[in-house]
Amino acid sequence: MTTETRLRAPAVGPDPKRRNTLKRGDSLHRGNRKQARRNTLIGWTFILPNFLGFLAFTLIPVLAAFALAFMEWTSFSAPKWVGLQNFERMLGSDSFWIALRNTVIYAVGHVPLTLVLALGLAMLLNRKLKGIGFFRVAIFFPYITSLVAVAVVWNMLFSPTDGPINQFLQFVGVANPPGWTSSSDWAMPAVIITSVWRDMGYYMILYLAGLQAIPTELYEAAEVDGASPWQRFWNVTVPSLRPTTFFVVVMLTVSSFKVFDLIVVMTNGGPGRATTVLSQLIYQEGIGEGKFGYSSAVSLVLFLIVLTVTVLQFKIQQRRER
Amino acid sequence: MTNLTEDLKAEAMPGGGNDISARNEFRRRSPREQKARTVNVIVYAVLVVLVAALMVPFIWMVSSSLKENNQVFTVPIQWIPEEFVWSNYSDIWTRIPMMGYLQNSLYLSVIITVLQVLTGSLAAYGFSKVRFPGRDVLFLCYIGTIAVPWQAYMVPQYIMMQQLGLTNSFNALILLQAFGAFGVFLMRQYYMTIPDELCEAARIDGLSEYGIWARVILPLSKPALASLALLTFVNTWNDYMGPFIYLTSNRLWTVQLGLRSFVGQFDAEFAMIMTGSVISVVPILIIFLVGQRYFIQGIATSGMKG
Repeated sequence: MTTETRLRAPAVGPDPKRRNTLKRGDSLHRGNRKQARRNTLIGWTFILPNFLGFLAFTLIPVLAAFALAFMEWTSFSAPKWVGLQNFERMLGSDSFWIALRNTVIYAVGHVPLTLVLALGLAMLLNRKLKGIGFFRVAIFFPYITSLVAVAVVWNMLFSPTDGPINQFLQFVGVANPPGWTSSSDWAMPAVIITSVWRDMGYYMILYLAGLQAIPTELYEAAEVDGASPWQRFWNVTVPSLRPTTFFVVVMLTVSSFKVFDLIVVMTNGGPGRATTVLSQLIYQEGIGEGKFGYSSAVSLVLFLIVLTVTVLQFKIQQRRER
Repeated sequence: MTNLTEDLKAEAMPGGGNDISARNEFRRRSPREQKARTVNVIVYAVLVVLVAALMVPFIWMVSSSLKENNQVFTVPIQWIPEEFVWSNYSDIWTRIPMMGYLQNSLYLSVIITVLQVLTGSLAAYGFSKVRFPGRDVLFLCYIGTIAVPWQAYMVPQYIMMQQLGLTNSFNALILLQAFGAFGVFLMRQYYMTIPDELCEAARIDGLSEYGIWARVILPLSKPALASLALLTFVNTWNDYMGPFIYLTSNRLWTVQLGLRSFVGQFDAEFAMIMTGSVISVVPILIIFLVGQRYFIQGIATSGMKG
């Protein structure tokens, strides 16, 4: 990134460098030198207020996170370069593998469920009916409700003894309803159900936007050709929604691997370590125990997973388009 | 189409479907239209049941907040409290410093929103309407960091704040959240849809770039500004992890932290916990109802054009 920056665009960099790089940029050629310089100056004055904050509190920490992963640094000792030692320790650590496993399980449950429900809801709501706006808004609302309130309410709904959910399950004939958040087998499903309920309204909006962009002529043509609703769904809707689905899958996967606050508030990783996820491990090791280097190594793994998933899905998408 | 849907509304009302006038109307319609009507009635029915089911957590929250503690978990469930315990809503202010929590949340949300919208829209103008070398690479840096999970760099951020002596203060959260890349991205996506010719015309008329931003672009981008402001406000109001990491003293706590700690301390006070939850959600509900259009537009823009 840095070399490219220097080659193509000398203006990137903190303030003092600017005059310098500008001269270089000018000497390359440019018809109206004065105008270019003026534009650069004006452009930077617009960007600067945001950029200073962004540079200091996002860009530098992001870069620092990469470097820290290869250092030994705790709140009690000075930073020291240790190469891959953090990663070795991580791969040999029980809690890392448990957290990774739980994160993957969460993603495997959360992504397909949310996707299917969001698409289903969007199809149901993509019609011109009186009052349809109300239904859309109602389904979207959980997404912007505060997480703490959501987690607290669902914890009570999931209450093993007299909670409404288990009462309902008993009513429909389940003799021994699960213990949900108090059982290590059922805590993760409980978290997944809550998160699907909360997130599907958001992805429904994305799908609605996608559905509305499909030209109605396609459906009319399919109908003329005698396609059944089911065939129309598979041969018109699904292919037309492919870009939306790609985006939704990427967003959902990334957000699943980042899952953090819902789990902290709902189960705090418990019971035992049944719902501990990667983000939580980073928090516990880094901010809780001050092992800055080690936790950054876990962060790097989290980032690489997210990156791999995104790139992979991008490749699949490209192949399909061909 | 509009006629059809208006008819439908009357029909969807209980008992409205079977009277004679509706029958007569049916006769005048083609079979195809009839089919569409039946489908719509079914859709309405499904939607009503579905939305009711999805709203259960909220219904339960409100209903429990008006009960005594020992009335919350009853068999069978009481959806409407036997007697309404309104006193929960007056007692909570003395049980926990709820007013202080609300003030803290409001303070943080307002400051962060104002800074984010202001700096975001300025930067977006620079990224979309001013041409200068390095602009696109710089914008790539912004986009790049959106892809990095925040959890991956929260530790360096924390170390930095510790070094600056800003932990346990609002300033840490303001500095960390007010200059987000997302706001710049959202505003830029919108500014790209405003034709450059408008800016050209304003330039010819002698407006400076700052003048164009203030007098041409800002008024045109009201919907996007509203989207960004609402999304930022709600995100900050609902944020749990930021305050959880940075705010340790009780007097600085936000509603979310206060509620969480209340749950931890008095986990058997079910009714009061629900009262607190309702109070924490009501401001968001109001904001959402006022500006729902902008929320949905904001999501559709930032989502689809990414």
